[in-house]
Amino acid sequence: MSAVAVPQGPRPRSLSIGRLSVYGFLIVVALCFLVPLWVMIATSFKTMDEIRLGHVLAWPASFTIEPWLKAWSSACTGLACDGVKIGFWNSVRILIPSVIASIAIGSLTGYAMTFYRVRGARTLFVILLLGAFIPYQVFLYPLVRMFSSIGLYDSLTGIVVVHVVFGLPLMTLLFRNYYGALPIELFNAARVDGAGFLAILRHVILPMSSPILIVATILQVTGIWNDFILGLTFAGRSNRPMTVLLNNIVNSTQGEAAYNVDMAATIITALVPLAVYFFSGRWFVRGIAAGAVKG
Amino acid sequence: MSAVSVRDVGVRIGAVSIFENFSLEIKEGEFVVLLGPSGCGKSTLLNAIAGLLDVAEGQIWIGGKNVTWAEPRDRGVGMVFQSYSLYPRMSVEENLSFGLRIAKTPKAEIAARVAKAARMLQLEPLLRRKPAELSGGQRQRVAIGRALVRNCPVFLFDEPLSNLDAQLRNELRVEIKKLHQELGNTMIYVTHDQVEALTLADRIAVMKGGVVQQYASPYDIHRHPANLFVAGFIGSPAMNMIEGSLVPNGPGWRLDHAGGSIDMSRYAFAAPPAGGPAIVGVRPENIAIGVAPAERSGAQGRVTIVEPMGGETILWTSFAGKPMTIRVDGESPVRLGDEISFHFDVARASAFDAQTGRRL
Repeated sequence: MSAVAVPQGPRPRSLSIGRLSVYGFLIVVALCFLVPLWVMIATSFKTMDEIRLGHVLAWPASFTIEPWLKAWSSACTGLACDGVKIGFWNSVRILIPSVIASIAIGSLTGYAMTFYRVRGARTLFVILLLGAFIPYQVFLYPLVRMFSSIGLYDSLTGIVVVHVVFGLPLMTLLFRNYYGALPIELFNAARVDGAGFLAILRHVILPMSSPILIVATILQVTGIWNDFILGLTFAGRSNRPMTVLLNNIVNSTQGEAAYNVDMAATIITALVPLAVYFFSGRWFVRGIAAGAVKG
Repeated sequence: MSAVSVRDVGVRIGAVSIFENFSLEIKEGEFVVLLGPSGCGKSTLLNAIAGLLDVAEGQIWIGGKNVTWAEPRDRGVGMVFQSYSLYPRMSVEENLSFGLRIAKTPKAEIAARVAKAARMLQLEPLLRRKPAELSGGQRQRVAIGRALVRNCPVFLFDEPLSNLDAQLRNELRVEIKKLHQELGNTMIYVTHDQVEALTLADRIAVMKGGVVQQYASPYDIHRHPANLFVAGFIGSPAMNMIEGSLVPNGPGWRLDHAGGSIDMSRYAFAAPPAGGPAIVGVRPENIAIGVAPAERSGAQGRVTIVEPMGGETILWTSFAGKPMTIRVDGESPVRLGDEISFHFDVARASAFDAQTGRRL
């Protein structure tokens, strides 16, 4: 072949040094994120004897699932030795109504603010967003007082209401931005067709909202599942979520720290958000982008 | 079938007043086109009639009822939007039946009405499809069908053909005209396209800046434009405007302009003119090529542009220092650069007051 190629067909691709170093950098960064996860998984399958040897990165020599069983059902939190099991189900009971209610109310407010020019909607929205920037800690004591005076403190309903209230600014913002990008004529057409406030939301707007509904679900599931401070404060002893129990297990001071059990309990706790990201990452990115186009 | 009456309506969006004291009467079964350039308030007016926009003042009556405060669904109007606005997650059939389902119409009646609309609009093979699987023309037919199934006495069209290509636009325009002839509903149609307005309307309301400039039949709008704006807006190519001064000429008048004078004795003035600065508009089709007969004023010019349009040809020349267009037959032997003589059919011209722009 001669040195000078006639340009024809697809342009030839070459791997330059610049490109190689970009890949190298990305691989190093990816490893930095993966190593802690690997340490956790490996440790959780090791016996304490092996952990004491200190080979943190090593593959478990004597593979055991004992720490996982212990973490799930018999690790001690103070006096009780029931593992994170109870906390898991508590979290599920908190999660499901909180996610459904906060998304339902968020989409409703977002819809009303976009399509019905409610008087003072703009002011209301600004106030709502301001609320999102005030640290939770500021609200804790007043809310505890308010809740205890109306008998909501220390109850499942109480913690669900708290999650819905704190989820509202972000949910409203999310849905408002998404609906703001929908053509107003669609809403007008439905009005002329005779549909009312809720009928338009149900038959026209919600069927077009699946990307944003998925994003909202992801955000709320991970946010509420990972919550610690609100669960600790409002849920009461009988409804403490998994994160609170995990903290109690890891921080319990009797005897030797059982690293393998701690690791297993942590992974079990993180499993739900991890699974959510894993199965819906594609939707997540798409929905965030869809919401970001106009806002 | 209902008459529509807009009485002294004012519409404001924020602090901006779109129109004030606006009145328009539309007779029962009439096809009225609101025509005007973008931003003239025609779509705003349509939205106000539909009830999608609150009026700041005045009343809107439909079918003998004051509907000023009524919800869109209670006004007996069907509306077709420029961007089709089909419900994307519903099939064509569900789109058509949506309004009836919301109104809890019996199933058998829904099926009958959808079938009828589908037949009229040739949508039968498409009923199971989603809007995304339809072409633009098909989508707009579904949108028309959606208004059709609800048996509304009044149809509102908001630039329904603007998003379609030229051929589809022509086809659908004819379908809309046929629809009006079959149904006899009152129809209000907003467009900026004068061809649509002239072909469809019983009456055209030419609008500018929130004010009706002229409200008359397509023939009158074209033949007797009420002012300079209407004269310039209607007609393609636009009317040739000759500026000059009206001076008495024996028993009649003549227009003295930069290139000579035009005898106006054959022009029918609306009222005896006072003379003075005036503008005479002559349509390209009212200028003939050839030596002027005795009773007509003529002129000469060189052809600078030739635009063949098939059946006819537009010749560009200049007259009194301004470009002038002349419409001739497509078979005309005139070529670029030719020196031509032409003369005006003053009887079909329009004279306007140069100050007020009003027709004389």
